[in-house]
Amino acid sequence: MDTVSALFTMGGYAGYVWPSYALAVVVMAGLLVASIRSAHRHERDLDALQRLRPGRKRGRDQIPVSEAPHP
Amino acid sequence: MHRFANPARFLRIAAIIQPWAVGIAILSFGAGLWFSLFASPADYQQGESVRIMYIHVPSAWMGMVCYTAMAVFSAMGLIWKHPLADLMARATAPVGAAFTFICLITGSLWGKPMWGTWWVWDARLTSMLILFFLYLGYMALADAFDDAERGQKAAGILALVGVVNVPIIKWSVDWWNTLHQPASVVKMGGPAIDASMMVPLILMAVAFKAYWVLVLILRTRGEIAAAKLRTLRMAQVHAAGQTE
Repeated sequence: MDTVSALFTMGGYAGYVWPSYALAVVVMAGLLVASIRSAHRHERDLDALQRLRPGRKRGRDQIPVSEAPHP
Repeated sequence: MHRFANPARFLRIAAIIQPWAVGIAILSFGAGLWFSLFASPADYQQGESVRIMYIHVPSAWMGMVCYTAMAVFSAMGLIWKHPLADLMARATAPVGAAFTFICLITGSLWGKPMWGTWWVWDARLTSMLILFFLYLGYMALADAFDDAERGQKAAGILALVGVVNVPIIKWSVDWWNTLHQPASVVKMGGPAIDASMMVPLILMAVAFKAYWVLVLILRTRGEIAAAKLRTLRMAQVHAAGQTE
């Protein structure tokens, strides 16, 4: 591509090409941010809860998920 | 295989992989966008609109890859009762849904100037829309029960039943007469696409894969912490009930 204006006009297809890229950026960035925030929130809550119960701390820092009580 | 089912081990391995996924994603997105938008030629028939391909095709691949992975994780969760496999299936679903959504919308934006229509009910487009609904159904079902385990089981079964749609998508362009063009990259006899267009396509595909690995790690970390939280809170309620 030769010039900056050619990049903007996309040979007349700007109205189709740029929305495609914009959509991909918005959707992927949105999902990434949401994933980071929810991971941090859950890990922070877990830390807080585990600090409240130091007596129950196990030798290993992990409590396997499989120990979830079966109803 | 069971050695990897331990959440503690997952978290250790994930901590090593995560920075690599970030690095590979940044580098391949940078290079991929450069080649997609500047350093690749316009198509002789389609002009500059061909640049939509570098988003559309890798996201279509990811839609199918994520679904297949989700079905494999669900099978492991259902057969061997690996809680981690279930969590990874849950973590993959929104990524696959996002890529399938991007694929459908960019396909529409490409179809309008090239085919003269936003949408046709042909085999490829319809089967891709079904894939999107399968993702939505999986996510809705996984969260539809108060008992997380039951929801996970129901959603896992849906994921396994729906996997039949993946080969239908792949070969829909060969089995039926469709407006959508047949495969030009992954096909018998090698790719029928010029290297100048193959380079941005591969770079974007690598970038999307690295992005998936990163989001999968982040979401699985969140799911593991959430599952432990549930366990601890239940234990608390249980203990409180016993002391009374």
